Amino acid sequence: MTAPADDLPAAPAFYEVEAHGTTHSGGGTLLGFWIYLMSDALIFAALFATFGVLSSSFAGGPTPGELFDLRVVAANTAVLLVSALTCGLAMIALQAGKLAAVRWWLIITALLGAAFVGIELVEFRELVAEGATPQRSGYLSAFFTLVGTHGLHVTFGVVWIVVMLVQLGQRGLHAENRRRLLCLAMFWHFLDVIWIGVFTFVYLMGVLRWS
Amino acid sequence: MELKPAAAHEPAHDADEAGNFTLRTYLIGFLAAAALTAIPFWIVMSGAIASAAIAGTVIVALAIAQILVHTAAFLHVNSRVQGGWTLVAYVFTAVLVLITIAGSLWIMFHLNSNMMPGMEGTPNGVP
Repeated sequence: MTAPADDLPAAPAFYEVEAHGTTHSGGGTLLGFWIYLMSDALIFAALFATFGVLSSSFAGGPTPGELFDLRVVAANTAVLLVSALTCGLAMIALQAGKLAAVRWWLIITALLGAAFVGIELVEFRELVAEGATPQRSGYLSAFFTLVGTHGLHVTFGVVWIVVMLVQLGQRGLHAENRRRLLCLAMFWHFLDVIWIGVFTFVYLMGVLRWS
Repeated sequence: MELKPAAAHEPAHDADEAGNFTLRTYLIGFLAAAALTAIPFWIVMSGAIASAAIAGTVIVALAIAQILVHTAAFLHVNSRVQGGWTLVAYVFTAVLVLITIAGSLWIMFHLNSNMMPGMEGTPNGVP
């Protein structure tokens, strides 16, 4: 610090030309992330519409009643629903400023998410082993696209949680990490909402109509 | 519902931006969601409702109820968060989702039924 003090600006006021507060409080980011989730919902709407149109295009191939074991789907649904609760408990811990509790609930959420993806991959492998591949019929193409896209979202959610755990380990619960955690929770709960549509329209309605 | 630009909020008003979470909200939401998941699975797996049409209507109604429970209890969408803008975006998206799905099914159903007799079954269920 050899420069004379009067050469320095009196106060770093020029750093605050950008919107006051919003970058740190996360208000704009949270709304922006919400808009992203809504656009993601439109992707799923297109996939659900495609699935609905092709829902009886079996091409002589297997029908939902022959393909699905609802006990497995029920177990998978339960895993995802419990992960929604643990994600919520992480948010409660975040509000209370308890870093250790936030990390533990996030770890449990990530494990449940990984279990969900694992069960889904086992189900997919069994379908493919039975010859029910995406190439078999229009119905199966739409099924694998819709359910696979949801599974891919959950996979990236698990990756995000792992990244978040590293960031929490390095920096703790500062304002940016709080904002990121709120976005992560929104993402996770959004995926659970999409799954309600999947288990209702793909699995339950499928078995109800074609068994 | 009063609409205000999000930038008008003070940073201190965390509750207006992210919603205020309570353990009670999450637990009530979880119990309601668990019930609304268990009932449709039970209906289909036990065959408790003989008519597939009635059973289908009931499970779709339960799914819509569960989506609303998740939206309120887990996603904290209400008219206060972000000055109501998340709710506006949510309702707008719900309308678009409904138009996309119902519109596609409607159009494609009519396309199929308007096919010439010789092409019956060509787009749907090739032998």
